[in-house]
Amino acid sequence: MSSELRYTANTQLEHLHARYTGTGHADLTKYEWLTHQHRDTLSSIVGHPTLTSFLAIADGVSTARVKHEMTEKMLQPCGPPPKKDDD
Amino acid sequence: MHLYNLTLQPPTAITQAIVGNFSGIRQQEIIASHGTRLELLRPDPQTGKVATILSTDVFGSIRSLAAFRLTGGTKDYAIVGSDSGRIVILDYDPKTSSFVKLHQETFGKSGARRIVPGQYLAVDPKGRSVMISAMEKSKLVYILNRDAAANLTISSPLEAHKNGAIIHHIVGLDVGFENPTFAALEVDYTESDQDPTGEAFKKAEKMLTYYELDLGLNHVVRKWSEPTDPRANLLLQVPGGQLASSDRFDGPSGVLICCEDHIIYRHMDSPQHRVPIPRRKHPLDNRDRGMLIVSAVMHKMKGAFFFLVQNEDGDLFKVTIEHEDEDVKALRIKYFDTVPVASSLCILKSGFLFVASEFSNHHFYQFQKLGDDDDEPEFSSTSYRSFGMENPTAPLPHEYFRPRALENLALADELESLDPILDSKVLNIFPNSDTPQIFAACGRGSRSSMRTLRHGLEVEESVSSDLPGIPNAVWTTKKKEDDPYDSYIILSFVNGTLVLSIGETIEEVQDTGFLSSARTLAVQQIGTDALLQVHPEGIRHVLANGHVTEWKAPPGKSIVNATTNKRQVVVALSSAELVYFELDLEGQLNEYQDRKAMGSTVLALSIAEVPEGRQRTPFLAVGCEDQTVRVISLDPETTLETISLQALTAPPSSICIAEMLDASINKSQPTLFVNIGLQNGVLLRTVLDPTNGQLTDTRTRFLGSRPVKLIRVQIQRSPAILALSSRSWLNYMHQNHMYFTPLIFESFDFAWSFSAELSPEGLIGITGSTLRIFQIPKLGTQLKQDSIPLSYTPRKFIAHGNYFYLVEGDHRVLGEPAGEKKLAELRQQGKKIDQEVIDLPIEVFGRPKAPAGTWGSAIRIIDPVKAETVAYIPLDSNEAAFSLAVVPFSVRGGELHLVVGTAADTTVSPRSCSSGFLRTYKFTEDGRGLELLHKTETDDVPLSLLAFQGRLAAGVGKALRIYDIGKKKLLRKVENKTFTSPIVSLNTQGSRIIVGEMQESISYVAYKAPENRLLVFADDSQSRWVSAATMVDYNTVAIGDRFGNVIINRLDPKESEQVDEDPTGAGILHEKGILMGAPHKTKMIAHFHVGDLITSIHKVAMVAGGREILLYTGLHGTVGILVPFVSKEDVDFISTLEQHLRTEQSSLVGRDQLSWRGYYTPVKAVVDGDLCETFGRLPSAKQSAIAGELDRTVGEVLKKLEQLRVTTSGF
Repeated sequence: MSSELRYTANTQLEHLHARYTGTGHADLTKYEWLTHQHRDTLSSIVGHPTLTSFLAIADGVSTARVKHEMTEKMLQPCGPPPKKDDD
Repeated sequence: MHLYNLTLQPPTAITQAIVGNFSGIRQQEIIASHGTRLELLRPDPQTGKVATILSTDVFGSIRSLAAFRLTGGTKDYAIVGSDSGRIVILDYDPKTSSFVKLHQETFGKSGARRIVPGQYLAVDPKGRSVMISAMEKSKLVYILNRDAAANLTISSPLEAHKNGAIIHHIVGLDVGFENPTFAALEVDYTESDQDPTGEAFKKAEKMLTYYELDLGLNHVVRKWSEPTDPRANLLLQVPGGQLASSDRFDGPSGVLICCEDHIIYRHMDSPQHRVPIPRRKHPLDNRDRGMLIVSAVMHKMKGAFFFLVQNEDGDLFKVTIEHEDEDVKALRIKYFDTVPVASSLCILKSGFLFVASEFSNHHFYQFQKLGDDDDEPEFSSTSYRSFGMENPTAPLPHEYFRPRALENLALADELESLDPILDSKVLNIFPNSDTPQIFAACGRGSRSSMRTLRHGLEVEESVSSDLPGIPNAVWTTKKKEDDPYDSYIILSFVNGTLVLSIGETIEEVQDTGFLSSARTLAVQQIGTDALLQVHPEGIRHVLANGHVTEWKAPPGKSIVNATTNKRQVVVALSSAELVYFELDLEGQLNEYQDRKAMGSTVLALSIAEVPEGRQRTPFLAVGCEDQTVRVISLDPETTLETISLQALTAPPSSICIAEMLDASINKSQPTLFVNIGLQNGVLLRTVLDPTNGQLTDTRTRFLGSRPVKLIRVQIQRSPAILALSSRSWLNYMHQNHMYFTPLIFESFDFAWSFSAELSPEGLIGITGSTLRIFQIPKLGTQLKQDSIPLSYTPRKFIAHGNYFYLVEGDHRVLGEPAGEKKLAELRQQGKKIDQEVIDLPIEVFGRPKAPAGTWGSAIRIIDPVKAETVAYIPLDSNEAAFSLAVVPFSVRGGELHLVVGTAADTTVSPRSCSSGFLRTYKFTEDGRGLELLHKTETDDVPLSLLAFQGRLAAGVGKALRIYDIGKKKLLRKVENKTFTSPIVSLNTQGSRIIVGEMQESISYVAYKAPENRLLVFADDSQSRWVSAATMVDYNTVAIGDRFGNVIINRLDPKESEQVDEDPTGAGILHEKGILMGAPHKTKMIAHFHVGDLITSIHKVAMVAGGREILLYTGLHGTVGILVPFVSKEDVDFISTLEQHLRTEQSSLVGRDQLSWRGYYTPVKAVVDGDLCETFGRLPSAKQSAIAGELDRTVGEVLKKLEQLRVTTSGF
């Protein structure tokens, strides 16, 4: 499980975090935060038709291509996670 | 400052379209989503034209649409997924012509969020359930059913969530009447989020997962999940299931998975089939690029089905599946035709294909054939080993086809769309025009255009013929009451009358019974089969047998004015007396015993048509020279008694009473309007109260500089009014909405209805000595568009002198010079070149695609009045133009130069270029040509240029610089590099430059000449992604941002003064910055979410002598205005009205209007005019309740709303 769940002792909070993906907490790492931000942004671009059109015009591709590439990017928007030094 | 936002032209881009029998009749209709609007389109299978039935603002963002029909039903419903966190089921009610919200179920927060469903919708083909999904994790399944009363019911949602899964697409499987099943394309990121080596990321698999809704257990189970192609993007439903009546299977069921470069057929427990997506056999095409299917449609016919899929170039392919019951034998694909790239494809049962283009005009095609028996190469999965799945990770060999002109489809109709508007200007450059035109650079790629938008209706002239003299009036008339078409055209000259008969040709006739030696005042088909002519000496009543009865005017007096209808005639004599006639039951015209003395010369007269089933109309309106209009009774008990009187501001020139259905005043019954045209060009429209004859609710409008002439005509079989002044206006009803629109045509001296076999809905008019017969083809439109084609996507343009200078450019295409060069190279290598493919029209087929970093670009000079390109200068060496400015360089004595900012080898992401350039051109041939003086290299892309105090201010990447002209180059004089993102907009007043940054909002920069310093002295406390900006005044700036907001920021005038008074700028230089920025901050004074990405914003006056307003254009084709309120009273009144409407009108997608208009920041000081105008569509009880709360009458509220619109925009 991600560190989000590892550090939340409170089960109710744990439940909330499981339910609302992307919610932050005190022990969020920079990488996790950034990944959440990017995924939120990417899904927002796909969800707003004007933004998809805008990017498509700027880049000379179809809106479907923009949507596809943005969704693909959501898998790992900020590269692989940093190596963990287990404590 | 308080503003009123009004949309003049709603967005025209279609983000999704669905087809279904939404009215419940046999005819199919299309529902199109324009992002923030829903439109119902009805194609006419006979004519092949598409008509808009209903268009409504939803005050939310529509993200997905689906049509469904309950089992055994005949009516389709629409399901809408939006950013409201709710699922909404809409029903179209043909009676009220509106969408009715049947169900609205809340499941999450509002906003286009990652885990809140709304992005994808999938419907079970039998209409039993629907799945709504988010981008990640969440999927909800609702069960749809009927209750005992046959009403649609919706269950509580069942969850089919999967943590950490990114959802690419979902679709409902066709399983017949087995449990509803949905297929989803998902990728799980939990593993790759944990693996620092990146191995898991590489191995991440895209899964095709089936979710089965167990109707018995009321539970969703994950039935099957298998990895598929990692570049899959789209799922398509394949027909399946058995009919109860026969054992035959409709199809094999399962899905088609559209992936990059190929299409796979897939179903649980059955072998896969794979075919490649064929590529164009084009010598210049980039063959390494992936091919994606962007849109697709499945069509079921009797016993067969096929798919049409479209790639990124717009090529349509027909995909068929050969099957034996549930076993697939082969998957086949072949080229079908090429149409514009679509956001949605809809096939209608009547044999039409609706292509909702992702950019530019939408097309409606008729199928000529289905591509069954042609020699187009077909590619089958059986030609590959293991049906193309021998090695699923390796691509199939490329297959090719030759693109060609349309063969299977024929264009039937085109719906104009401005989308995308990339830049615009508002100018009045047309001769004889008193209002400005909007010039918009629209479109994408080779389908781009420069469009001129003029407020008004298009007029289509069918006949124009010169007459021997100058007539002063024209009429048409039938011979008998029940004739379908008109028989005569009557032309009145100063001293004679000419009668023409309408047949196969139009020719003069003599024996009609009309007096030809005098001018005519009125012509009427009276009674069942008689004709009537009023001339100065009397009235001629021509009976069907040719017999003429004549009433002669009393000696010494003549008739000066007349008005008639089917049963009544009123004439005014030169002695200011009125004479009234009525037709009796024998068809005799009888004079009323008394004459009415008016006491003042009668200038205008009018009676309405006889209401259906009545003997007469009870009111006569008389306009007199003493600047009054009197309503006079024609009722038998009170004949010729004056009922009411209204004073005017000028003598009337014409009056016209007409009964029209104005839905905002009375929804069920037509309202009796008295239209009064004044000699000063003003039109008054008042409502005549039928019970007491009083004139109420006067609305005024300025029509033009000439006295107004009013004529009652027929438009779409309902009465309309043609108002003629220096411009001609038409007041008509269209889809329950009243329009008052100018005609874009020469002004008329007189006009009348004209109905003949060839033009049943025409009009006839005279201008000077020319007789014209014309039609109005596009009723309901407000803007007439004329377009000039362009070669590439327009980027920016400026107006200078009589011409427009435009830069255009496209990424990932091969420009003309580069294309020619490559072709020559290929020829030299001795390669055979298919000239036919090269010569295909690029407007349809686009330019050859090239890898990222390749650009085609050009500079174009346009003559907007003649609507033609004057000069076209393509750019070579992979340069693309991004900005331009006309600069009067003061060191050259103010000689004007055109500076164009370009960059070579530009890539968009990450932003880079090998070098930027400032190309300096001299104007030649009075601006019709350009001569390159020199090119100045820059280190980044110059995205914005501006003439500034006889020099050039340039935003080069993140630097603001001032250049002066030199012999061989532009010389950099001063620079400011404190900006953190690229500069996209520049504006100036005095020595102040307003800099708009791509991400960091607006900064105010002062140029201090003595020290030659550019100093940032004020900025915004918020970061904004500026897409357009303009100065409202010296301290105020209006900003449009990328997320669809309009913001107005103002700098404190004291701070502004302080900065201006500092001669050297040393004070600012040493002042302490606030919030890591400039020492002063602007204050936000207005904020509003429009819902469309703002591409330009202007401060203009739209009507002659009107107030200045802000006009903005949006990417999806929106044109809107922001009007400043003039008084505090108006603000209070309109904002209270808005508040009431917010509670009355709930959004069709379930979004709260206030939170929609305050999407990112709460609305500030802007009233939503689009919402306010829905007041007119409310039921009258609600209207009066709201008006009561506001201490006003309904009429007053409507008048205020109309006034806000008309006086500022003229629309």
